[in-house]
Amino acid sequence: MTTMIRESSSIAPAVEPEPPSPSRGIVPGQRAAATIEREAVQVELDGLGASYGRHVVLRDITFTARPNSVTAIIGPSGCGKSTLIRCLNRMHEVTPGARVAGEVRLGGTSIYGSDIDPVVIRQRIGMVFQRPNPFPTMSIFDNVVAGLKLAGIRDRALLDEVVERSLRRAALWDEVRDKLKAPGGALSGGQQQRLCIARAIAVEPEVILMDEPASSLDPVSTLKIEELIDSLRMSYTIVIVTHNMQQASRISDRTAFLTVGDDGAGYLVEFGDTATIFTNPRQRLTEDYISGRFG
Amino acid sequence: MSTLAVLPAGRIPGRDMRRRRATDRLMRGLLGLAALLAAVPLVLVLGFVLIQGLPALNLALITQSPVPAGFPGGGVAPAVVGTLIMVGLGTLIGTPIAVLAGIYTREYAGGRGATAIRFLVDVLAGVPTIAIGLFAYGLIVVPSGGFSGLAGGVALAITIVPIVARITDEMLGLVPGSIREAAYALGIPPWKAIVHVVLPAAAAGIVTGILLGVARIAGETAPLIFTALGNDTVSTSLGQPMDALPLRIWVYASGPYDSWHAEAWAASLVLVLLVLAFSLLTRLVMRQRSRSGM
Repeated sequence: MTTMIRESSSIAPAVEPEPPSPSRGIVPGQRAAATIEREAVQVELDGLGASYGRHVVLRDITFTARPNSVTAIIGPSGCGKSTLIRCLNRMHEVTPGARVAGEVRLGGTSIYGSDIDPVVIRQRIGMVFQRPNPFPTMSIFDNVVAGLKLAGIRDRALLDEVVERSLRRAALWDEVRDKLKAPGGALSGGQQQRLCIARAIAVEPEVILMDEPASSLDPVSTLKIEELIDSLRMSYTIVIVTHNMQQASRISDRTAFLTVGDDGAGYLVEFGDTATIFTNPRQRLTEDYISGRFG
Repeated sequence: MSTLAVLPAGRIPGRDMRRRRATDRLMRGLLGLAALLAAVPLVLVLGFVLIQGLPALNLALITQSPVPAGFPGGGVAPAVVGTLIMVGLGTLIGTPIAVLAGIYTREYAGGRGATAIRFLVDVLAGVPTIAIGLFAYGLIVVPSGGFSGLAGGVALAITIVPIVARITDEMLGLVPGSIREAAYALGIPPWKAIVHVVLPAAAAGIVTGILLGVARIAGETAPLIFTALGNDTVSTSLGQPMDALPLRIWVYASGPYDSWHAEAWAASLVLVLLVLAFSLLTRLVMRQRSRSGM
């Protein structure tokens, strides 16, 4: 199973990767399988907009989340941060009346192409939600491998291996190794969230989206999640929404700052290296926000 | 802003507080009384059936066929067998349709479609069961040329559908959206998410709904009058008239003989016990299954 270990990519400097080879394009009907070796790929947002019915929530967002790095999305409440991240794995469209404008490209291929199955996109782009949401009827073990089992993988040895590796990467293994049969809902909130992260990485995504993953957790659990994100950086493209600016400055390499325009739609004010955004922003609005003058 | 700040100072203790406490006690008392009144009929009905039915309850009652009034012995075996068969048939036909309809309503129909289906299901639930019996009469008895267990089973199936469909719909609605989203975000196709994630989460509630439905149709008389008709001998043929406990109870209870009345009470007790046993058994099986995992 060495094919699944991707630490080799961690040495790669965080530069713009080469254009994707055709073989890495999105193949409709491609199976989510632990047997497919996946490397982190970049996510490009190109003029992305989103709306619910006639209400425009986001307008013209353009930036690129690089592989093997953490991109933070910050901004005041209601600026569309969560909507933005939900557009990146086609979860936005699950809501009735939701629409998307512009482009999102995964490794160069549009995820909104007419021949693209959203199911395949979501296998390649994992997501962790604001509130931990383990499957209530499943054990810890089954939670982790839910994605694989439901994709038809029954090989017990493989599943055992994936469970251990995913839980280790999610820094949860030592706490649950003796009670893998216990229901996932029996864990503490912080443990549940790490279980959800283990569940997301078990299907071997290239990108992990996190929507305020620590906002419902206590400080100790938050720290653990942040350490975890730091360790996942080397293997994935991570995009994280956070309302906590300290968190963004601690864990992210680059930061996108959004705010709400006069028309009520969120737009991108500034995007750049996190260090620059937090110490020497180009926009007055950004400085006001990070220094706590509004939001 | 704290709520206390908006209350005028000094008005909290004293008479005002005493009045509020008294109101609180009164309302609590009224609510408790209502709850008691709701529970009383159940206790009375069960107690009455038990007291009146127990003396006439014996093995012969459930193993022997009826004998003419005035003769000793006899039982309601055809009714017990008929009820088991027709309730079983009705549940077997009605429940899958109802659960699938409930899933469609909640997961696929969409806003306006779901509202329309819910309205129709509620109307069906409100149709008097005697009308359902007449419908089954027209549907099966007339074309087939005779009363039959099949017609009775179909009438009961139509009766159980709206009950189970509505509860399935409601129970699926109680499964948090975050669970569905978690499944979608893993790249699980929606139909698989429904079958493997959403349905298991709602299973306990749906099973309770099915139990309610079974209990309900086991006690139905009206749908069987024009369909199963009743039978004095044990019949397991779906093509023949079939007896049922509620039918037998109705006939015996409205008859002139004391022995019939006693048997009607005992048959009522048998019916209650049958429903109770079925309900307990199902819950036991469910608990075993949920303990053993997926």
